[in-house]
Amino acid sequence: MNSPRQVLRSGWKWAVQTARLCCGVPDYDVYVKHLREHHPERAVPSYEEFFRERQVARYRGTGGRCC
Amino acid sequence: MQNAAAVPPSPAGKILWAAIAIVGAWCLGVVALRRGEPINAIWLVAAAIAVFVIGYRFYGKFVNDRVLQLDPSRATPAVLRNDGLDYVPTDKWVVFGHHFAAIAGAGPLVGPVLAAQMGYLPGTLWILFGVVFAGAVQDFMILGLSIRRDGRSLGNMLRDELGPVPGVVAMFGVLVLMMIVLAVLALVVVKALTHSPWGTFTVACTIPIALVMGAYLRWFRPGRILEVSIIGLVLLLASIAYGKNVADSATLAPLFDFDAKALAWLLIAYGFCASVLPVWLLLAPRDYLSTFLKIGTIALLALAIFLAAPTLQLPAVTKFIDGTGPVFQGNLFPFLFITIACGAVSGWHSIIASGTTPKLLANEGQARMVGYGGMLMEAFVAIMALVAAASLHPGVYFAMNSPSALIGTTAQSAATAISQWGFVVTPDELLKTAKDIGEGSILSRAGGAPTLAVGMAQLLHNIIPGASMMAFWYHYAILFEALFILTTVDAGTRVGRFMIQEIAGLIHKPLQHTESWTGNLLATAICVGLWGYFLYQGAVDPLGGINTLWPLFGIANQMLAAIALMLATVVVVKLKRERYVWVPGVPAIWLIVCTLTAGWEKLSGPISFTAAARKYAQAAQDGTLLAPAKTVEEMQRIVTNNYVDMALTGLFMLLIVVMTAFSLRALLRAWHTNHPTAQEEPYVALSSVAR
Repeated sequence: MNSPRQVLRSGWKWAVQTARLCCGVPDYDVYVKHLREHHPERAVPSYEEFFRERQVARYRGTGGRCC
Repeated sequence: MQNAAAVPPSPAGKILWAAIAIVGAWCLGVVALRRGEPINAIWLVAAAIAVFVIGYRFYGKFVNDRVLQLDPSRATPAVLRNDGLDYVPTDKWVVFGHHFAAIAGAGPLVGPVLAAQMGYLPGTLWILFGVVFAGAVQDFMILGLSIRRDGRSLGNMLRDELGPVPGVVAMFGVLVLMMIVLAVLALVVVKALTHSPWGTFTVACTIPIALVMGAYLRWFRPGRILEVSIIGLVLLLASIAYGKNVADSATLAPLFDFDAKALAWLLIAYGFCASVLPVWLLLAPRDYLSTFLKIGTIALLALAIFLAAPTLQLPAVTKFIDGTGPVFQGNLFPFLFITIACGAVSGWHSIIASGTTPKLLANEGQARMVGYGGMLMEAFVAIMALVAAASLHPGVYFAMNSPSALIGTTAQSAATAISQWGFVVTPDELLKTAKDIGEGSILSRAGGAPTLAVGMAQLLHNIIPGASMMAFWYHYAILFEALFILTTVDAGTRVGRFMIQEIAGLIHKPLQHTESWTGNLLATAICVGLWGYFLYQGAVDPLGGINTLWPLFGIANQMLAAIALMLATVVVVKLKRERYVWVPGVPAIWLIVCTLTAGWEKLSGPISFTAAARKYAQAAQDGTLLAPAKTVEEMQRIVTNNYVDMALTGLFMLLIVVMTAFSLRALLRAWHTNHPTAQEEPYVALSSVAR
């Protein structure tokens, strides 16, 4: 069984990931892992660079937002 | 039918579901049948939860297994095209949270509040059954179709399955719908802030707060969204608290005291600036704040309803089902179904369900929870809004939502008029409510937001008493709605600008460049002009604006839902699953009938734009002035506005007829073909894709 501490930690991780995704910022660790595995030749952006790129990308296409 | 061979339910499972069904039926019976004595809101909430749980377990599963035939062994676009950015296999609860945050907006909060004029029962029934059989089916099916098509958008799917012309027609419809959405939402803000220095001050404060947040995120602590949102929230709460001092101050209050026209111009100017500025400065930080505040406030509302367990003071059914209501005009059919809009079925969701969500699902088996379940959550928000409105004193409800043409502008005249309708209320009760919430007047604040805010304030006040707390909660609720509406206005103007630039690019290529300042400013001005026109028209409307614009919005939104459901119907036939064609087909037909009937009644007959235009034209000819017009020019403007609304209604009706014709053509062609013709991506086993 999971200890309460682990449950809290995974719950927090879930909350952070959801909150970021709601703002159009996908999980940075997942992206870095993806880059390392599939595109080792590309430079890994810092979280700050990654964040800026995503921030601009969010408001480009059709609006991801409802009435 | 790979999933149809489901395991038969265990005896314990059968007993559990039977128990839920009995409890649900009992609660629903109490809600629907008990007359004469007021019932507690908990009955309604319990009935809703039971209906949603049963709908999810049985109908949602039926759509999943039989109609969409989703297959957990099939690889999703997120797995196949994983790029770590847009296509990312994501935990299902994270996708659910993201999807819900994207579909939840002001719509499900406003529509049910307006619909409460007919009593809480008609609205409740439509939200419950509408969402199970139409709204959630639409969201889920569009999501299901999109996962099988590389996460393609609604427009692309329409083009692929129906043909290029219907694709373009539908996208044009989306652009017009968006302009109406922006205008009507902005009008909700105008209605809430008219002559409310406290409200206007706090909403104005969101601009410098967002700028501070933007700068913080850009230079000081890049990417720390949580940190900056907490800072923003604290500043917001401080601005609400300080707002009282502004409202009480003889020097500061006039600076934030505006009439509807001035507020409309301010919003138009704001919308222009906000969508031209770089996103990181104003739009993005405000978006973060509004997203978190929205989820937090919905949770707060749920908590308040459960703890306060209010009694529903509004009757189950009022006499206004005959179409003579002051809040919106028209009979129960079709206008109840048009007015509630987003809470029961919302066309806009089909854009979200074919946007980011299908690119995040790690497994087809999770689509039901996200698509169907997400929409049930949205309907639950609508039920809560209805409860908040129905737990108000009916006299207060009608005072807040009726236009001044009917109830006058003083507490005395309003109380007299409303008491005559059968909802006895004294001027003192109206004045006391206004005083409690820290406002000068509560009269004619249609648009849902203020009513919901008073309802929420009373609920929260029951739990956390305190002399001045009610005014604080009221302004908190107003601020939260205004905040996410303004975010929608910014983002929507930006999207509208890109769409217009794309269209303009067809005529003059350089206008297409989104980086070019000429193209940018020009397209933004056109976009703001389009929704600004309708906003201003709403601000000067004789019936208060919402009365006129909300039906237009409802018709447009349900029109888009009908288009999405027609796409689903055609695809079901193309997949040669004709025996299930009724699943999307019946709600599609229902929505077509509702929108066309509502459209027709808005074109001809006593409640039509035509009748209003004629009335003002006739009066102008006779040289008499009808309120609120003060000059002959204003009379002429009202006539013109009504003609524009007529043209728009006609356009929506034409759109839906054209789309129905194209859908029928595609459907018949597919019916007579003896093999599947849908444009699905080929099957790839999940197990064959490297993890």
